[in-house]
Amino acid sequence: MNFVQPNDLVRVLPEIVLAGFAILVMVLDPFVSSGRKSTLGWLALVGVAAAAYSTSWTSLSPGTAFNGNVSADEFSMYFTLLFLFVAGLTLLGSVHYLERDGINHAEYYSLVLMATLGMCFMAASTELIMIFLGLEISSISTYILAGFKRSNAQSNEASLKYFLLGSFATAFFLYGIAFVYGISGSTNLTDLNVHLARSTGWASMTSVALLLMFVGLGFKVSAVPFQIWTPDVYQGAPAPVTAFLSVGPKAAAFAVVLRVFLVGFAGVSSLSFWLIWISALLTMSLGNLAALWQSNVKRFLAYSSIAHAGYVLVGIAAALAPGALNITRAEATSSVLFYLAAYALMNVGVFILIAHLAGPGERYTNVDDFVGFGFERPGAAACLAVFMFSLAGIPTMAGFFAKFYVFRAAIHSNLIGLTIIALLNSVVSVYYYLRLVVVMYMREGKSEASHVDMPASLGIAMAASLFGIFYLGLLPGSFLDLANLAANRLP
Amino acid sequence: MNQPFAHFLTVLTFLPLAGAVSIAFIRPDAASRIRWVALLYSVAALVLAMLAFFSFDSSRAGFQFTEVVPWINSPAISYSVGMDGLSLLLVLLSAFLTPLSILASWKSIHSRPKEFYLFLMALEAGMIGVFVSLDLFLFFLFWEVMLIPMYFLIGVWGHERRVYAAVKFILYTMVGSALMLVGILYLFKVTGTFDLQIILSELPGLWPSLPGSAQTWLFLAFFLAFAIKVPMFPFHTWLPDAHVEAPTAGSVILAGVLLKMGTYGMLRFCLPLFPQAARDFAPIISVLAIIGILYGALVAMVQPDMKKLVAYSSVAHMGFVVLGIFAFNINGIEGAIYQMCSHGVSTGALFLLVGMLYDRRHTRLITEFGGLATSIPLFSTFFLIVTLSSLGLPVLNGFVGEFLIIVGAFHVKAAYGALAAVGVVLAAVYLLWMYQRVFFGEVTNSKNKDLPDIDAREKFILVVLVLVILWMGVYPNPLLRRIDTTTAQVIQRVSAGTAQMAGGTAVKIGGPAQ
Repeated sequence: MNFVQPNDLVRVLPEIVLAGFAILVMVLDPFVSSGRKSTLGWLALVGVAAAAYSTSWTSLSPGTAFNGNVSADEFSMYFTLLFLFVAGLTLLGSVHYLERDGINHAEYYSLVLMATLGMCFMAASTELIMIFLGLEISSISTYILAGFKRSNAQSNEASLKYFLLGSFATAFFLYGIAFVYGISGSTNLTDLNVHLARSTGWASMTSVALLLMFVGLGFKVSAVPFQIWTPDVYQGAPAPVTAFLSVGPKAAAFAVVLRVFLVGFAGVSSLSFWLIWISALLTMSLGNLAALWQSNVKRFLAYSSIAHAGYVLVGIAAALAPGALNITRAEATSSVLFYLAAYALMNVGVFILIAHLAGPGERYTNVDDFVGFGFERPGAAACLAVFMFSLAGIPTMAGFFAKFYVFRAAIHSNLIGLTIIALLNSVVSVYYYLRLVVVMYMREGKSEASHVDMPASLGIAMAASLFGIFYLGLLPGSFLDLANLAANRLP
Repeated sequence: MNQPFAHFLTVLTFLPLAGAVSIAFIRPDAASRIRWVALLYSVAALVLAMLAFFSFDSSRAGFQFTEVVPWINSPAISYSVGMDGLSLLLVLLSAFLTPLSILASWKSIHSRPKEFYLFLMALEAGMIGVFVSLDLFLFFLFWEVMLIPMYFLIGVWGHERRVYAAVKFILYTMVGSALMLVGILYLFKVTGTFDLQIILSELPGLWPSLPGSAQTWLFLAFFLAFAIKVPMFPFHTWLPDAHVEAPTAGSVILAGVLLKMGTYGMLRFCLPLFPQAARDFAPIISVLAIIGILYGALVAMVQPDMKKLVAYSSVAHMGFVVLGIFAFNINGIEGAIYQMCSHGVSTGALFLLVGMLYDRRHTRLITEFGGLATSIPLFSTFFLIVTLSSLGLPVLNGFVGEFLIIVGAFHVKAAYGALAAVGVVLAAVYLLWMYQRVFFGEVTNSKNKDLPDIDAREKFILVVLVLVILWMGVYPNPLLRRIDTTTAQVIQRVSAGTAQMAGGTAVKIGGPAQ
């Protein structure tokens, strides 16, 4: 046991910066008049930028910190930057939104930073208790964020539902950790792996531990059958929060899934493989089929995000496939990482755009509110159309390569049946993504959606996400190299 | 002969896209400028395509004007383009039909001309891209991307049921391409590359090491995508909807070029890559093709709507093409390629003519017309020539392809040839019957009395088309000789190992090979 080393602090520098700014925003809150709370939003954004910048120091001294509880490696760095990007976009999409809807409070910005901090720890920790702490920090922050429209019943419902079911799920996760400790006498994932490789007994206990942890994580990534909460929460929460929720905690939970299943439980991969395989199949099919019937934009995007979780699970199944070579496993892992980045670009972008277009109080979130919108506000409509096409996986956009890499990995792991189902699913998804395009461009009428010009902050966020979408869609090579680097960090 | 200038095919492919980008910068209300810019770019593309036609060396096997640039390093995907005789003809067809479609839309597209021409130009770039790609991934990319402009063209500027038609079109095609993507990824898994030429040379050696059914499944994965696009019976149901609802320009491009992508894919991928499976499935596919020919013709006969009639005639005509391809002999395949071009021209022309009639009367119902020959004689004459070309009258373009295909089919099985010949007769029935009801007799509907005959713009379009129809019918040699080596290569791949497949002496139309 060592006490804190200077290097330890550098290795969690981004998290420290985030915590610092989160506290700073809260402390400064009383000194900022209520009409100018947006300043704190910009301050939070500076915090995100500073945290991103601080990763350049962290990357100079990679390694584990705090007695091997946290690892600053390419994998955690990849996720840290991803979360910071998501947080940055969310903040850009929030500032104007909160002002418009009269809920511009400092706590919001602080909570976004805290949630991001928790997610960073989830991805960086190599020890289950730390992962749990990260999970709790991010969960509790997002429970509050989901209910941030205090006067709105739907938002309250979202918060309560998310909170109750979420606590239940984290309890499962914790229970799983207890089993792991019982089996191996340690909560460290590497120790667990070593122990499982050495001992032959305890097989049923291991399975129970694995199942319990999967329940907890499955809830966070909204994998079927733990997805029930998703549509209600995504629809009820303020749209920028949904943007954050639909990507951040999900990606963090996927990072944990990768670490737990590929590192901790590497020895028992056939059980985890089938678990993920079935879950992938159900998640994408149910998500897509349910999305077909939705008439509310936020709700169908919620189901679409369930479906996307299914595609990511296909990638994870490819990584866990029995008999997969190391190189195939790394390829599959990197495809998952790439997918999450592409998904972040599309989903955050589309939700903060919807937040703006839905108008004050988010009154207009029905698909039919966009009738004829295409030619009324060509710029905003074109953005929305690009998001839809990218989510549908049309080439030249990020969503296509994301799917392409995942399916390639799945084929390499001989999951041909699952790939065919996934591809047919993505054809089904084309139908409902295009419905919004149909409504915007091909129906005559006057739209209800907001005709107010995009605020500059949202414009920047749109430009960033569209640039990202086309960059990953046309020249994905260099970014995939990054994902490969990160993936190779997982043994 | 080498390519006329550096990056020739890249320029040809992306010139229309440059046109689309230029249009994006024009004010939306400057409709006339938008039209001229679109026309200018598409004519420039046509000039380049003709340049390709004349500098193409028909004695050389393999691809010409090739260009390879590494694009994505992992997995290795390159921007790899090239042309053989087959691509050459189809690129020429695309480049020929686009300016005509623009001219045809000159006065009929009033709403949102900017977006219309922008999508049309983007579509042209996509079509040319599909035909010149030599990398499976690049091919797939163009194949998918091209759906978007077509989807908008049908969905925004189409007729009453346009949304239904547009969505049906895109979903049908995507089901096929999803399966094709699985096939492409599997090929990548076993060969480690997307490069068509490398796959072509390595794949035959790999079959023994793969599961026995691999070839069958791969063939089906690719074939289904193409069969939907052609469309072959029973996958044809999207076609009448899409054709009828699309604006004239959309129908022309759809029938003229997009359907050919299916048969192009069969010739480019299905036959050379999976010869054994192609041979195994040939009887079933030939029967389906013949059903398509007869069924398309019979359904066309009873259509009350002219556009729908032409749409179903496409099902029949494309059935001929598939029949020719799966005859696996020189006559069949050359006939199929020739028929692809001539169907593009004739059916494109038919859709243009129906569109002109629609512009005048805003209906396409056959019963609304009658006796037009007396009120608009010039138009009627052109319509007659095009109708005759579509039903395969000798001296016009349709005859050459159909004749070769029937000869090719006879070599495989006499029944195939005989049934296909019945299809030719039926084509004469439904087309002439339609012509008779629309143009002959007394003018019964007073609205048809004072219709304006064709104006200078329409005359220009039709004269160009009729000249091409005549040229293709009288002197097919320049076109046929350019596909000789491609055909020979395809046949050689398919018949590798089975000598009798090459059977059948080639019927040379228009003299010996040069």
